[in-house]
Amino acid sequence: MNESRAIETEKLGRIYKIRGAKKGEARELVALQDVDLEVRRGELFGLLGPNGAGKTTLIKILTTLLLPSSGRALVDGLDVVTQHRLVRERINMVSGGESSGYGLLTVRENLWMFAQFYGIDHATTYRRIDEMLEVVGLSDRKHTKISDLSTGLRQKTNIVRGFITDPQILFLDEPTLGLDVAAARDARQFVRRWMGRQDKTILLTTHYMVEADELCDRVAIIDRGRVLACDTPASLKRRLQRDAIFHIETSYLSTGGADGFEAIPGVSKVTHRDRDDRTAFEFLLQGEDVLAPVVARMTEKNAKILSLQKREPTLEDVFIDLVGRGLTDGENGSGSGNH
Amino acid sequence: MEAAITNAPTRPPFKRRANLFWRTVFARSYPRLIGLRREPSWMFFEIALPFLIACSYVFVYKAIGAPQEFIGFVVLGGAMSAFWLNMLWLMASQLYWEKQTGNLPLYIAAPNSMMAILLGMALGGLAATCVRAAVIVVAGSVLFGVTYSTANLLPALAVFLLTMVALYGLGMLFASVFLLFGREAWHTSNLLQEPVYLVSGFYFPIKSLPVWVAAVASLVPVTLGLDAMRQLLFAGGETIGFLPVSIEIALLAVLSVALLFASKWALDYLEMLARREGRITERRR
Repeated sequence: MNESRAIETEKLGRIYKIRGAKKGEARELVALQDVDLEVRRGELFGLLGPNGAGKTTLIKILTTLLLPSSGRALVDGLDVVTQHRLVRERINMVSGGESSGYGLLTVRENLWMFAQFYGIDHATTYRRIDEMLEVVGLSDRKHTKISDLSTGLRQKTNIVRGFITDPQILFLDEPTLGLDVAAARDARQFVRRWMGRQDKTILLTTHYMVEADELCDRVAIIDRGRVLACDTPASLKRRLQRDAIFHIETSYLSTGGADGFEAIPGVSKVTHRDRDDRTAFEFLLQGEDVLAPVVARMTEKNAKILSLQKREPTLEDVFIDLVGRGLTDGENGSGSGNH
Repeated sequence: MEAAITNAPTRPPFKRRANLFWRTVFARSYPRLIGLRREPSWMFFEIALPFLIACSYVFVYKAIGAPQEFIGFVVLGGAMSAFWLNMLWLMASQLYWEKQTGNLPLYIAAPNSMMAILLGMALGGLAATCVRAAVIVVAGSVLFGVTYSTANLLPALAVFLLTMVALYGLGMLFASVFLLFGREAWHTSNLLQEPVYLVSGFYFPIKSLPVWVAAVASLVPVTLGLDAMRQLLFAGGETIGFLPVSIEIALLAVLSVALLFASKWALDYLEMLARREGRITERRR
């Protein structure tokens, strides 16, 4: 194994059998296909993709909850299939929207209980609990029963649960799901602070661009079970810097009216979203000079331009460029680029 | 990717595993123990229900002029039924509920043994139920004037412990089986509760049942254990025993070992299935 790598996967694949599939329906679902990833030690690595992209399946394989159908995965140099018991000593995981623990136990008791499942002595456990509850602002609630906590406070407790065992590698699966803006920001700050420690590695899945951009050293963009790109957020965005990105809001254009822009020479990608009485477009153009025919086409369609803004590329733009639809769009989302 | 060494260890060293095992047992028993104090309503339910049923049988036996030891049989049966209820509702169904609450994947992904989790549940439930059973025995004995033969107290205690090993071994086995049944766990518990009440002879000696029914019922450890304890604790008890105490003890010992091994096998199988199919730990499936 390579000492500098915390996680390695090679041609990793996972196929689910669909139970009760009717005649003519697919009997298998390819959740992951030929995934090659390398996460370095001390890195905060993000997996960015829409729902159903395969992020959680990958995390499940790496946390030994699921066997791969093909390929290999090493965590801390250990095979997740044959050495899963050793892998489990080195990792922990937190999922968004978790409701783990027992409502009749207090915050402190719940955290203590989960720490015992990792064999940590009582003194160390209580010291870490008190320190971490202080950091996340839950010190005054440590004797509160879990059943009496709000969803946000409960998720904060879950996040602390993942860190309390001081794992070498931590898997965070949509950890800020369901948290309000302030709580999500606190959680991100907490993660960053923990990452300051030597040799700790985090693999984070998210479909929040800001989270990936703000936290991750490197990001892999995943869709339909395949890794489409893997680099630092800055490098990924740099791929688009030769292009011009415009956000244009017009009076409402029906779906039919919104089509056809991609046929204009120089339009790389276009997505649109209808909001009440207006339509919001995101254009990825090969140059600013392409804007004129785009505006002309809008005028032809009797659309009134309400606002026009040029902006810097984001990870969402990278995603749209790679996948052809927005991260929050469905499988057949509103993107009209290269499907 | 460089290949991992093929003869590399697959498990942590024994000492570390043993430490982890007992820490896990204690930690998982804790919610059950603390529940005694924090959920008194459950305690009332688990004492009142078996006690009231026992009372009704006592009054029936008194009305028909049954021998005094029958009153003792009923009180002891009422106490033992608390263990059956505990095993069924807080042991057999537990992994299913752990899956529903999202704890199960955390248990599996942790380095602890799932046997330790189940043993923790069992010991916690056993300790809590012992308190409830003791209340039933003391209250019933005082209220109805039950007397016990103290000569065989230690053997009776040994039979009780052996019964508990086998009963909670059955609970650990059921926990895996019920998880496989998925949403039917609740119904399965309901299905098992009443018939076992009948054939296990909680309120009458199983010798009254047809031999083949009593033999089948003996697969439930509490049936044999209760019969042996009655023979040991009550004067004249041996006259209405189903089998000689020594044979019942031997059968209980066999059941204990078999059920513990079966539960370990079932858990390993379940974990393998969970990892292979990915559905056991998911709430929606």
